[in-house]
Amino acid sequence: MRFKSCWILPLLATALSAQMAPTLKVEAIPTLKASKGAAATVTVKASLPAGYHANSNKPTYSYLIPLTLKWTGGPLQMQSITYPEGTSERYGFQAPGDKPLSVVTGEFSIVTKFKVAADAASGPAAQTGTLRYQACDNHACYPPKSVPINVTVSVD
Amino acid sequence: MKSAQYFFRLVAIVLAAFGAGTFVWTYVHHEPPAKAAVKEGKDRKKAPDFELKDANGKAVRLSDYRGKVVLLDFWATWCGPCNIEIPWFTEFQRKYKDRGFEVLGVSMDDGDNAWKVISPFIAEKKINYRIVLGNDQTGDQYGGVEALPTTFVIDRDGRIASVHVGLSGKKEFEDAIQKLLDSPATGNGA
Repeated sequence: MRFKSCWILPLLATALSAQMAPTLKVEAIPTLKASKGAAATVTVKASLPAGYHANSNKPTYSYLIPLTLKWTGGPLQMQSITYPEGTSERYGFQAPGDKPLSVVTGEFSIVTKFKVAADAASGPAAQTGTLRYQACDNHACYPPKSVPINVTVSVD
Repeated sequence: MKSAQYFFRLVAIVLAAFGAGTFVWTYVHHEPPAKAAVKEGKDRKKAPDFELKDANGKAVRLSDYRGKVVLLDFWATWCGPCNIEIPWFTEFQRKYKDRGFEVLGVSMDDGDNAWKVISPFIAEKKINYRIVLGNDQTGDQYGGVEALPTTFVIDRDGRIASVHVGLSGKKEFEDAIQKLLDSPATGNGA
């Protein structure tokens, strides 16, 4: 978000110093060599900074926003996505009767199994997707964000 | 002379080490932000006005609340810490409404179907104050609201008296509200 009202910045500065939106880092994915008609696997390796968590793909409550990988284009046909198993954690912001939250923290991987179409065009192509997450720390939550995922695929 | 230089260097090193230590501690442990003090009247800035719609499509302006103490809460249904504060705000609304106090919730849920999520949430939580649907523009007006909850306590003159980023203490809010309710409007709201 842009900071248009500069006068409010000093008001927010102190508090914001402890409440920075985290950035999910996604490792570059090496070029995938795939053969027509064969299976192929892509592993998306991501990490959140220490002290932050994101909801797993199966959040505890329906109103929470899940970790989601969506493949949007490319020569590969998606067969299945395996998300990291969420860990159950309790946080300071939860009420006593609340259930532990199913979250991911630190480094985690999402594995997608693809099939290459028998009639796929030979040569390099781009497989694209987006990884959506919504992160919190112990005191605040941050709006959902989407990270673009790009894989270079070499079809032979 | 040399001993004075040595002393000032030592003080500078100690201060730098303290600052760095505080920074690291804050980022690693995510301690709650320092208590948001209620600013003195002369230090308060005008709360930016906005017009947003409630669930019925009715336009709501912050300036409609001039003369009242307002707790302006930026929140979202998916925000766990916000859910802790909401019952406090519901209690404040009931407790202080007759003294010229209002809570105004600005939901930062997005998407075309935001109200389909927000309305059941309001019913489930028995929220007794007005909720409007915010947007990035409103957030920008308030310095770029990114961490939720972010709450502004506004005095009767429409000026921001305190800002609370992240989950804050109930007493912290209530002290601010009571202090502002005890102060009449000054007409300095600009």
